[in-house]
Amino acid sequence: MASLITCPHCGQRPKEEFTIKGDASLTRPAPDAGPDVWYDYVYLRSNPKGLHKEYWHHSSGCRRWLIVERDTVTHKVHSVTDAALTKLGGAA
Amino acid sequence: MSNHRLSTGGRIDRTRTIKFSFDGKALTGHPGDTLASALLANGIQLVGRSFKYHRPRGILTAGAAEPNALVTTGAGGRTEANTRATMIELHDGLIARSQNRWPSLAFDIGAANGLLSPFLSAGFYYKTFMWPAGFWEKVYEPLIRNAAGLGKATYEADPDAYEKCWAHCDLLVIGAGPAGLAAALTAGRAGARVLLADEGFALGGSLLTDGDATLTTILAELDALPNVQCLPRTTVIGWYDDNVFGAVERVQKHVALPDPHQPVERFWRIIAKQAILATGAEERPLVFGGNDIPGVMMASAMRSYLNRQAVAPGKRTVVFTTNDAGYRAAADLEAAGVDVAAIVDPRARSDAGWQGKAKVLANSCIVDAAGGKALRSVHIAGASGTQTIEADALAMSGGWSPIIHLACHRGAKPVWSERHAAFLAPERQEGLTIAGAASGHASTSACLGDGARKAAEALAAIGFARVEPTFLSADDTQAAATPFWYVKGSKGKAFVDYQNDVHLKDLGLAVREGYGDVELAKRYTTNGMATDQGKLSNINAIGILAEARGVSPAEVGTTTFRPFYTPVSFGALTGTSRAKHFQPARKSPLHEWAKKNGAVFVETGLWYRSAWFPRAGETTWRESVDREVLNIRKNAGLCDASTLGKIEIFGKDAATFLDRVYCNGFAKLPVGRARYGIMLREDGLIYDDGTTSRLSEDHFFMTTTTALAAGVLTHLEFCAQTLWPELEVHFASSTDQWAQMAIAGPKSRAILSEIVDEDISDAAFPFMSARTVSLFGGNLEGRLFRISFSGELAYELGVPAGYAESVADAIMQAGAKHDICAYGAEALGVLRIEKGHVTHAEINGTVTPGDLGFGRMVSTTKPDFIGKAMLTREGMQAADRPRLVGVKPINPETSFRTGSHILADGAAATLENDQGYVTSSCFSPNLGHTIGLALINNGPERLGEKVMIWNGLRNEFTEGVICSPVFIDPENEKLHA
Repeated sequence: MASLITCPHCGQRPKEEFTIKGDASLTRPAPDAGPDVWYDYVYLRSNPKGLHKEYWHHSSGCRRWLIVERDTVTHKVHSVTDAALTKLGGAA
Repeated sequence: MSNHRLSTGGRIDRTRTIKFSFDGKALTGHPGDTLASALLANGIQLVGRSFKYHRPRGILTAGAAEPNALVTTGAGGRTEANTRATMIELHDGLIARSQNRWPSLAFDIGAANGLLSPFLSAGFYYKTFMWPAGFWEKVYEPLIRNAAGLGKATYEADPDAYEKCWAHCDLLVIGAGPAGLAAALTAGRAGARVLLADEGFALGGSLLTDGDATLTTILAELDALPNVQCLPRTTVIGWYDDNVFGAVERVQKHVALPDPHQPVERFWRIIAKQAILATGAEERPLVFGGNDIPGVMMASAMRSYLNRQAVAPGKRTVVFTTNDAGYRAAADLEAAGVDVAAIVDPRARSDAGWQGKAKVLANSCIVDAAGGKALRSVHIAGASGTQTIEADALAMSGGWSPIIHLACHRGAKPVWSERHAAFLAPERQEGLTIAGAASGHASTSACLGDGARKAAEALAAIGFARVEPTFLSADDTQAAATPFWYVKGSKGKAFVDYQNDVHLKDLGLAVREGYGDVELAKRYTTNGMATDQGKLSNINAIGILAEARGVSPAEVGTTTFRPFYTPVSFGALTGTSRAKHFQPARKSPLHEWAKKNGAVFVETGLWYRSAWFPRAGETTWRESVDREVLNIRKNAGLCDASTLGKIEIFGKDAATFLDRVYCNGFAKLPVGRARYGIMLREDGLIYDDGTTSRLSEDHFFMTTTTALAAGVLTHLEFCAQTLWPELEVHFASSTDQWAQMAIAGPKSRAILSEIVDEDISDAAFPFMSARTVSLFGGNLEGRLFRISFSGELAYELGVPAGYAESVADAIMQAGAKHDICAYGAEALGVLRIEKGHVTHAEINGTVTPGDLGFGRMVSTTKPDFIGKAMLTREGMQAADRPRLVGVKPINPETSFRTGSHILADGAAATLENDQGYVTSSCFSPNLGHTIGLALINNGPERLGEKVMIWNGLRNEFTEGVICSPVFIDPENEKLHA
């Protein structure tokens, strides 16, 4: 686990300021996607070895949801972007 | 022999005398002493008893690795067990006691364990205490717990303060020996922000022992550099991701009575762009019979006591060495006028070029040391036969192990170096470079040069141009070291791990019994455990295992190095987060109002909530609560509702957003109206409930339950930012900005009319109205909501927090003639149970809207909302789910408790017959008996059914009947009055 996270809005901050929610690669299915798809989305999580994108909430900072891409083996953080801006396709 | 202090020399202040005590005996020392050196100066060599065999033990080292000289210091709440005498700076009033002995250190009953040693060998736990099975908990474990452990912790609270802080630097230098000092000076001169931490109270490391004159010059220059901060008494205990280091500074552990305005310890988290690990090397003990007898000491420790504190541990010393360090000790001893009886060296010829008086016995080993509580003699075997030499001190040196712990905290594996006969860590890792003896260098000049060069390189990596090393790299031609793991043919116990009483034969046994893997051997023998974590023993143990298995130490490998490097006090880790400072205390803006009205407070989460308001003559809480409840149903009451979460929601898409996070519709909610909303989790179960009002077209005001105020805001932010970032919606928590008062009861309108400027008649301000109102003749604006948790005609009034107390006072004043009373959370609870309203007692993470009777609220027309898809799953709509009903006792004189389970009439009290349970219960003063809400299988279809209410924990049975959850005013006439 990284000790420091560089928030795109607040700069380098200690990890204690953040709350982790988990896999950021999931896409919320359409309402009629069917039970199997919904079951996967709500309950099933992979535990990857290596690169992993996660939602991190800067809960004690700017309160933005970030996407942190980190390596679960080396703990190296590869990128931190603002989730909303990333999804809207703008600059993070 | 009482005085072992030499008449001259040392880095002690002989003009001042320090008084301290050991085992109740008054003793003296000087500034510059450690507890260990002062004890030695007083002729005290026996300082403790060993863990398992209770063998007499003395002082083995002069540093952090000390396994034997563990003492208890301080008194009362300042009692600290298992502190290393070698690390305690002597101070006036220091109280120290030996450990693990009874009745006294000199006469210890537990020493009988030594006679039982054939039964206490490695793995004895696993072999001896196997049967009978029932004995483990009742007999063996208490017995072992009683016998095990060293010092005893106090039950008294620690009176001292601790704190935590962060630090940032360009270069962190860990260890202020020659390499560390050179690194700090190089970086300091280059203008870098430097932190120099050392665990000792004096900076200098080996230079303190060597008496090198450059030390004074370097320290003076570092002191003058404003960009260099020196942290003596500071142990760096861990290396963490992103080059963050943990360190503990012992700010006031060297004073008997700390200044209460300063912490005794400070926990640092240091963010270093670069770090130099200059922690030096640990001298290895030699493994021979009786190598633990008091008087046997590491050669470097003996030099340290001799040169730093002018203490000669013995009058006649024997040196046993496999390397040049023993010869340096012998030379220093002879220079100080101490007799060196012999230098015993297993090598055929030494490279030390010995010029001293003592005879050198090459090709020889000390096979056994003799003595009980003090060393008497040593038995030497060599090429020229055997001999016994009398001696009261023995200096031993079995080679050097670089102190690489921190460099391995993040997963790097130590690598065996044949040339050094030691494990080395990778010299350069991202952000951390190892320098000096920690990277295998031997001479002082080589360490100075290495530290300077590596600091310059580390700074170059972070953009400092052309940094000049302050010392030149020196040639460091050292002979290849010869590993020497143990002496063959010893008769006595040859200890490998002193602290755990692991001796040579234990390791042999581990290999024979199949536990030769280094990790298994550690657990089987306990070698390398406890407070010293094998700092002295691990490498010898690896060598011995390697030899027993016939492989190289490289193949055996090391156990894993983990933080912390040395033990860290709970105080340092806790910092200021203790007692009332453990977590923030949240007080409502109406706290003072409640207090002056006599409230009894209850802690709910971080909040202090007024629970009830006792009046004169009331002796139980129930009397107060019953009075409050009856008065509200008859007259009126004022309750602090400020702890409910409040979230302002803005934006042109706010209504669309709310439609997606609530399961019921909000998009069409008119301005000026409030609506009860249920929020689901994505799995279809209820997350939270609350009232949300539309204050203007694009401004909503949401309330949440007290417990989930923070959680709901986080959830909303997650939905808005990651699920639907295209929606224009923003949130601001305003829980602390608004004081919220519930005014409930048939007379509430009459009371409020006196302070609200506008018409609040039922026609003008009907049920579920919500809007900003003018108060006190236009002097204040508030938000008025006609909502009710009690089932009475009721309002909630929000005013800016700063006005809370005066507005509440005004309402109480206006309500006096209407017999208004203050009421608390308990009465609130009774009122809502009487009305059948749910809280998180019912919203327990397993219920759907349908389970609580809200099935028809769930929108069937909205295309999507959180939880919609999963709510349609099989089973989520099943009729036999536990669903909300009321329960009451058949005999109104009887009662039942929350948590009791429901059994069908006549069914046996078993888990299989469980039909549900009581989620909330209370005594209803309006009905005159206990009532409850319950989640019961098929509940709503079973109204009127007789059941047994069963409390299995207390073996209580109450005959009851299932009923509607609404006990009062089911027609809502009072609500709409």
